[in-house]
Formats: sequence, structure tokens, C-alpha cells
Amino acid sequence: MNAERRPLPALPARPAPCLRCRVVLLAVLAAVVASFVYLGLGFGALLSAESLGHMGRFVAEFFPPDLAPDFLRKVGTGALQTLAVSALGTLLAALAGMLLALPASGRAGRPARRMARFTLNVLRSVPELVWAAVMVLAAGIGPFAGALALALHTTGVLGRLFGETLENVPPEPERALAESGAGRVAAFAYASLPLALPQWVAYTLYRWEMNIRMAAVLGFVGGGGLGQLLYFHLSIFQQPQAMTVLLAMFAIVAAVDAASAHLRRGLGPAYA
Amino acid sequence: MNTATASRAPRVDPQARRRLATTLAALVVAWPMLVLSDFQPWRLFDRDSLAVLGGFLGAFLPPETAPDFLRLLARATLETLAMATAGTALAFAIGAPLAILGTRALSISRIGPGPLRWRGAALRQMVRSLLMVLRAIPEIVWALLFVRALGLGPAAGVLALAITYGGMLGKVYAEILESTDTRPARALLEGGGGRLAALCYGLLPSTAQELVSYTVYRWECAVRASVVMGFVGAGGLGQLMDQSMKMLNGGEASSILLVFLGLVLLADLLSTFLRRLFA
Repeated sequence: MNAERRPLPALPARPAPCLRCRVVLLAVLAAVVASFVYLGLGFGALLSAESLGHMGRFVAEFFPPDLAPDFLRKVGTGALQTLAVSALGTLLAALAGMLLALPASGRAGRPARRMARFTLNVLRSVPELVWAAVMVLAAGIGPFAGALALALHTTGVLGRLFGETLENVPPEPERALAESGAGRVAAFAYASLPLALPQWVAYTLYRWEMNIRMAAVLGFVGGGGLGQLLYFHLSIFQQPQAMTVLLAMFAIVAAVDAASAHLRRGLGPAYA
Repeated sequence: MNTATASRAPRVDPQARRRLATTLAALVVAWPMLVLSDFQPWRLFDRDSLAVLGGFLGAFLPPETAPDFLRLLARATLETLAMATAGTALAFAIGAPLAILGTRALSISRIGPGPLRWRGAALRQMVRSLLMVLRAIPEIVWALLFVRALGLGPAAGVLALAITYGGMLGKVYAEILESTDTRPARALLEGGGGRLAALCYGLLPSTAQELVSYTVYRWECAVRASVVMGFVGAGGLGQLMDQSMKMLNGGEASSILLVFLGLVLLADLLSTFLRRLFA
């Protein structure tokens, strides 16, 4: 073995430790600890034999669920209503979101962009249940108030996401059409829209998944559907009936989850 | 010649008929939906409800700024923030391990044709089902149940957030890990590295940004959710809002709404900052 040993290739230098990352991590940890301390959460007491027994008895009251045909029919109607509210709210929001996304992506100049973004932020920052409480004043108790509430909040979310998608679409196809004499609407509809649409649909389906959860509880403040039934039966301590409603909620949420995941396959990622 | 073909090209959208049919079909599907959800937009312009709403919104200006109320508001805001942070932290503690267990990107049994492949697949399926069960019931329903079991207070809200968001974080983390380039992790696993090493050196470098921004987004959702937790008695801004709404006190409601807006903008800034940090 006289052959000269070849030196190993030099490893790249060890990167400098990221001080800012550590500071941020420490800050996050500190915030978490401070939160637990501030709330004075004693989860130790939660796991004591006494409270476990209490919880156990509480859970046992929910079984067996009430499966009387009459009640099942009522729950079925509630479930359909919840489905309709979530779908209608999402649909209205998608339409309004598209309209607001055009100025929000900077197509109508800077002032319009600012205004549109501010509107979207305001719509988004108010939670659905609060919108629902306001809409009950405007439209009366019932599923329509729930659908409007979902639509208002979701418009804020979708408008922002749609706008961002539109900004990321390559501008060349639209410019090519516009420069060869197409009108502004045609240039947008045949060049940029087809590029953005799959992502828009993915976002809409994803929001629908989240809205079905929300629609299920909007009844708490008078928005109809399963939430109203659940709130009613829980407040008069009819646990078995509440359990049936919970099962129905679980079933439709799982169904919509699966359907949306299936439809979204191939449309592009949507995690926002 | 060219101009001739151009002039013979159809002037209308070649897919016009198809689009029209799709639209009509969608309308037919949508009709029962409109009926079920009581779609009556004209009700919005009913004189009586306009008067109630107008009175309520009219009282929005000026927002309530009495020192007493502001002190109450500050305490409720802190409580909401603390509830969201604690809930998200617990959700992370539930979701992250389950995501690592359930993601296909870190599966060793998938690499070779081993005899025990089905065991890994079964475990992943179990983890996925567990995550689905966790997230299928909305957080506010959990909160309502926990308030019954644990009494009024933030503990119910925190637990509810932890359960639902644990399920969501676990699912989305697993999906993000699978949707990136999994070859570096696979190379590490094939070279004999452990799963954690493969995660840290093979997957995290390309996904950290997305994971962080989704986590911050969930925190933002948690802030909004802990706002509504108050509606069922779990404390925080929601309880305050509930009281103001029930008394139709527009000034207080608008102060609270302004705080919501501030919190959401804060979460946006935080998300942008963290995303840049991990870029």
C-alpha cells in the first residue's frame, strides 16, 4: 500500500450558530410558560382520581345516544341545514373574494389596493361567531344569518389568498393578449384567470372544510342547524340527544373533509 | 391566407355551451341549498331590523374609552392571548409527535419490500384516524363540554384548543412533510440514520418555513377561537363581547372589535417576521 493516501475533501465550514433563532425560540418558550402561569392552569388537579371520576360520570351520561326515529329526522334536517349554510356561505364568500381580490392584487392602482386590503383585514379579523351575533340582529334568527356570517368572515380570508395567488401568476400571457388587441376583460379571463383558478378552487374547498365546522356551531348564537340543536339539548341537560347531534356533526365534518381532500387532489397546495 | 383563417375563427368562446351547461347544473344543485338556508336577502332591508342594527352600529362611534372598561379590556385581551398561546403549545405537543409517527416521508418499512410493511401502514392509518377524530368536533363544542366538566374558566378553553388544533397540526404537518422533496430523508434513512436525524437534517431544512408559518397561522386562529370561547363561559374577550352584544352596547363592541383587528394584524406581522427568519 504505497499509494499516496488521498486527503479527504475538506468539509464545508460549520455554519455560525444562528443567534437570532435562539433568541426567538427562547422568547416563544418564555411566552408559553408565561401563558400557563398567567392562566394558573392546574392540570395536575385535572388528573386526580376525583376529577377523573367526575369526568367519567359526565361522559357516561352521554350514552347511549338517542336514536328515536323522530329525533333522528330532526337531526337529519339540522345536518342538511348546516351543510347548506356552510356551502352557501363559502360560495358567497368566493364570489365576493374574487371581486375584492382584483383591486387587492394591485390591478386598480395603489390607493384601491390599500383600501381593498384594509377591507379584507377588517372582514377577516372579526370571528364568525361575532359576525353571526351581528347578523342575527340584521337578518333575524335562522340559518340565513349564519350563512351571511360565514360569508363575511370567509370573504376576508379568501380575498386575501385570491389576491396573493393573482399576484404570483406570471403576467406574460395576459400582456400578450392585451398587446394583440384583446380587451381588458378578455385578456384577464383567458390568460390570468385560468392560471389562478385551480388554486382559487383549492382554497375555496379548503375553506369549505373549515366552514362546515363553524356552521355546525353557529347555532350557538342563533344561526340555525346542528349548533342550535346541540345548544338547546345541552342547556336542558339532555345528554343522550346532545350525543346524537355530536355524532351527526362528526359524520358530516368527516364526510366534507374527505370529499374536499379528494377534490383538491391535483389542484395545488392550500394550507392557509 | 392567414387573415382568411383568422376571420373564419369563431368569434364566440368555443366552450360557451359547456360553460353554460355547467352553470345551469350548478344552479340546479344550489337551489335546494338556498331553500334550506332560508336565503332571503330582502329580509336584510326590513325596516325594523335595519332600525335595530342602525341603532347598534350608530353607537359604535365613539368607541368606549372609559378607564374602567379599558382595564377590563386589557385583562381580557391578555387572557385571550394566554389562552391561545397555551392552547397552541399543547396542540403542538400533541400534533408534532403524531405527525412524525404518521407521515409517510419518515417510514423505514416503505423503503424495502420487507415482511412487516403492513404493520407500518396499519400504524400510520391508526394515527391518521386518531387525528381525524381529534379535529372533527369543533373547538367550541369541546369547550362547551369541558366547561360543564371543569367549571367556568380558561382551562376548558385551553384543553378544547389543544385537542382540536392538535388534530389539525398533526394532519397538516404530516402533509407538508410528504409534499416536499423526500429524497434527502430517504437517503439518510437508507444510510442507517435514525428517524429523528432524517427529520432534522433531511426534511426540516426544506419545510421549516412552511411549518412555522402554518403554526403561526394556527395561533392566529386560536386567538380568534379563544375570543369565541367566551360565548360559552371560558373567559377572555369573548365573554366581554357577549355581554356587550346582549346589552346592545355599540361603543364597547367597537372597542373590542378594534382589539380583534389589532391582534390579527399583530399575528400577520409575526408570521412575516418568523417566515423571514427561517428562510
